[in-house]
Amino acid sequence: MQASLNAVAATSPSPEPAYLQVQSLSKVYPTDDGPVRALDRVSMSQRKGEFVSLVGPSGCGKSTLMMLAAGLTPASDGQILVENQRVTKPRTDIGIVFQNHVLLDWRTALENVMLQAEARKMDLRAAEARARELLVAVGLRGFENKYPKSLSGGMRQRVSICRALLHDPAHLLMDEPFGALDALTRDQLVLDLQNICSKRSVSILFVTHSIAEAVFLSDRIIVMTPRPGKVDRIIDIDLPRPRTLAMRESPEFAAYSREVLDIFLARGVLREH
Amino acid sequence: MPATVEQTSGLSIEQVEQRVQSESRSRRSRSRRTEIASPILVAIGIVVAWEVAADFFKVPTYLFPAPSEILAACRENASLLLRASWVTTVEILLGYALSIVIGIPLALGLFHWPIFAKSVYPLMISTQAMPKVAIAPLFVVWFGFGLLPKILIAFLIAFFPIVINTVMGLSAIEQEKIFLARSMGLSGFATFRLIRLPNALPSIFAGLKISITLAVVGAVVGEFVGGDSGLGYQLMVANGNMNTALLFGGVLALTILGLMLFGAVELVERMAMPYRDRATGEIGSGTM
Repeated sequence: MQASLNAVAATSPSPEPAYLQVQSLSKVYPTDDGPVRALDRVSMSQRKGEFVSLVGPSGCGKSTLMMLAAGLTPASDGQILVENQRVTKPRTDIGIVFQNHVLLDWRTALENVMLQAEARKMDLRAAEARARELLVAVGLRGFENKYPKSLSGGMRQRVSICRALLHDPAHLLMDEPFGALDALTRDQLVLDLQNICSKRSVSILFVTHSIAEAVFLSDRIIVMTPRPGKVDRIIDIDLPRPRTLAMRESPEFAAYSREVLDIFLARGVLREH
Repeated sequence: MPATVEQTSGLSIEQVEQRVQSESRSRRSRSRRTEIASPILVAIGIVVAWEVAADFFKVPTYLFPAPSEILAACRENASLLLRASWVTTVEILLGYALSIVIGIPLALGLFHWPIFAKSVYPLMISTQAMPKVAIAPLFVVWFGFGLLPKILIAFLIAFFPIVINTVMGLSAIEQEKIFLARSMGLSGFATFRLIRLPNALPSIFAGLKISITLAVVGAVVGEFVGGDSGLGYQLMVANGNMNTALLFGGVLALTILGLMLFGAVELVERMAMPYRDRATGEIGSGTM
């Protein structure tokens, strides 16, 4: 059933242009030791509601691309279009999750989530109800009034995900959100994320080092080359949803992982002695 | 043999939990008691040793009075010391208030207008290199012997740490927090109010705590060079009269005053940042 739906989606031509279009984007940082190329003519696109992962070694410009897509840093060349509008200033229609949770120490979990509502002048009562709902959905029932200091790393990252989702953004940008967490916590958060996303139509751009995470979550994986960052290959992941942990052992899953791995091996990102 | 092994673990987990919890509680209260008691005991020991030594070696009072003599001098001059303390307190508080009222807006200005910072900052640094105590006589020439020169000297010494720490606190913020604010569409002022300022509070209070002790120094120096009242002035008088016991009494009064003022600032700090206290003592649930 799921598979056939996917097949239909894949075969039907999409008349509307992509939601996010990155066109020949370059970013160079000037430093005292000369310019550093972070991105070299990167082009990619993302459809509405699509989960796209950027995978690549450290320093391949994944995070830079994310910041550019958020409009937080200017491009050196090329452009980014969102719904055919050129991004020239920080986008406010997004939710953003950093590798570091970036919670405010002086606010409780709930207040940290509510920062989003206060900033956007949303209806505070409705927003609070929603914030509590989100916190419960990620397993933080009873921790609403705790300060970040007394939460574990995984819990803090959950709070920051709730904050990014509170205003129901059209686009969620996640920059290695699970990078600093242990393997079990990552697995749980990956499942939580899938669960949350399945309930709303949100396009997600996801930066990760983890091949398994990318294959598990994505509709499409964009593999990037080491410095300077270029798009190496784009892989469509055609696995039924919702995906389960057991699926990671399936031959299809392994084949996708292998494909990404082979690229890394071919590029010298990984070396087998 | 296996039977004995079973017997040793007869407690249910709830009972173990209770025992561990109460053990840790009593251990904590015990360590707290020693934390409070041991410095007091050491202080008492020093005072007793001092008293005994002064008595034993027959140290002349004008050189090094025994604690009992200092206490007697304090009691004798209690009203004088109290009045002097009040005068000095007023000078300190006014000087301190002035350094906050001028220091914090100045820091905000330095932070917001880089050009202003570039032109004013070097000047400020060089005025700090100047020993402020050396300017005290000049203030007497300009402003006479009244309250004003003391306030100004206290201000001059106290305001710099406030400025520096406020600027540092405002500047030291992770880029991500600013990115987050922008992606939420927060204006510059809202970012400042909701994120930058609370983020800088620990640093600002660090400056405020340094400054309160410096304000005490400033007020006393002011009284040294041109005062007719206050603890600094009384120290000079006692010195002139070779009343070393009262001199010690004055120092004691200044110490107590300094501690009280420092404690007051710390209390305000704790009220301004309750989240810092409350978080301690919580059990971290590990990584979840």
